[in-house]
Amino acid sequence: MGFLAATGRAFLIFLEATGRLALFTGSALSHCVRPPLYPRQILRQMIDIGYYSLPVVGLTALFTGMVLALQSYSGFSRFQAEGAIATVVVLSITRELGPVLAGLMVAGRIGAAMAAEIGTMRVTEQIDALSTLSTNPYKYLVAPRLIAGLTMVPLLVVVADIIGVFGGFLVGVYRLDFNAASYINRTWEFLHPIDVISGLVKAAIFGFLIALMGCYHGYHSKGGAQGVGAATTNAVVSASIMILVWNYLITGIFFSTK
Amino acid sequence: MTVPPAAVSSNAVPPATVPKIALKGVTKHFGHKKVLNGIDLEVGRGESLVVIGGSGTGKSVMLKSILGLLTPDSGSIKVDGEETTRLRSRDREKLLHKFGMLFQGAALFDSLPVWENVAFGLIQGEHMPRAKAKEIAIAKLGAVGLTPDVAELSPAELSGGMQKRVALARAIADEPEIIFFDEPTTGLDPIMADVINELIVQCVKDLGATAVTITHDMASARKIADRIAMIYQGRIIWTGHARDIDNSGNAYVDQFVHGRADGPIKMQIKAL
Repeated sequence: MGFLAATGRAFLIFLEATGRLALFTGSALSHCVRPPLYPRQILRQMIDIGYYSLPVVGLTALFTGMVLALQSYSGFSRFQAEGAIATVVVLSITRELGPVLAGLMVAGRIGAAMAAEIGTMRVTEQIDALSTLSTNPYKYLVAPRLIAGLTMVPLLVVVADIIGVFGGFLVGVYRLDFNAASYINRTWEFLHPIDVISGLVKAAIFGFLIALMGCYHGYHSKGGAQGVGAATTNAVVSASIMILVWNYLITGIFFSTK
Repeated sequence: MTVPPAAVSSNAVPPATVPKIALKGVTKHFGHKKVLNGIDLEVGRGESLVVIGGSGTGKSVMLKSILGLLTPDSGSIKVDGEETTRLRSRDREKLLHKFGMLFQGAALFDSLPVWENVAFGLIQGEHMPRAKAKEIAIAKLGAVGLTPDVAELSPAELSGGMQKRVALARAIADEPEIIFFDEPTTGLDPIMADVINELIVQCVKDLGATAVTITHDMASARKIADRIAMIYQGRIIWTGHARDIDNSGNAYVDQFVHGRADGPIKMQIKAL
């Protein structure tokens, strides 16, 4: 009986959390499209997410492209398929590794910062203060972050795609002695627009999820420093898991053969 | 008790006999704990009411319920005679133009410089041009005894007393009709506490505003109040004129005013 009760209780808690997240998302989305918007806040968030994440996303993409070329060489050379390396690098980067790794890095950097900032504002009553100054916290805090996440992460992924492919090129040409022109030819040859577009759609959804998780956990944090710490952890963990799950779902939609 | 929603019209001036704020049978519980247990309270136009009571008696929850930051479980809260408990968010934002609030921990926005904190309601709420809002912010900072050079500092660079002053300047910046003060002197030394008390009295008088202060600092209550109400276990157990506080004839009020451990109020040592 105790086991059943515990299962039921856990299920109810899960339903409650799901419902609360759905309500939060609905409310936040409605404030994204209803004026007034706060252009200064949107711009500030865009700079935070887009510009200041460039180094970490760029470095991640560079080394991923490089290691991809190196690994595929060591594997493909066993059956004389070295010629496919450039294609493998560009498809892996644009379809999967660019958006997923950029998403995970941004989740760590931005999702955590959002949860910590909004969480601190919650526990120090700054969110209540916003309301008393006739400013809707959803509009002022949440909507700009969602808009910035949705628009900036795809741009970051464009940069990550280019740098990642360039990383593969560097290793291919300077370490594995490929001809530069034929490596570039090979890169272009089998690349279709859908490969890049699917990656950018993923990036937009990941950006939205990262901002949503950061805002949601920050907004509902309580209990002082410990609560803000927990909110930060939850924001990063939940955003990372959602990125991986949604990555599978979107890949299924774009590239399902059946 | 369900109360039908009412539209808020800021233009209509209610008759002087209508209380500025009226609470009737307001209840609120969190989990199993009943925090507000049927609050009945009226605040007259231009009056300064101080609500005293120990920690955890429901003072802050009452203020937050009036502001709509918390939704009461039942009861009625009227502002200028209009029901506010079931307002839609847009009407609520309009209603909140009437309010200013000084938070216990100042609650300044640490991402903005001091002047933008003070001018926040003017810029975001009333869409005033930034340059003009800054002028007003600096004037309001002057009214609470701060020099213009403070305006460019970040809130984190200020002492606790200065933060309270900035928060007070922010609360009065868009000249609200009603101002709430949540524990305005907590955490300040006695001299700074008195400075803040005097500023509150002055600001409220200058604006002709209705003020509600919650505090457990009796020196503050005596200085600010026209009328005092005492809250205990989520109910208002006594209200009276500030000068009658020492002769209230209420054992609970007497114990609180004189800060005695012995009396009808038993301290809750264990959390519920």
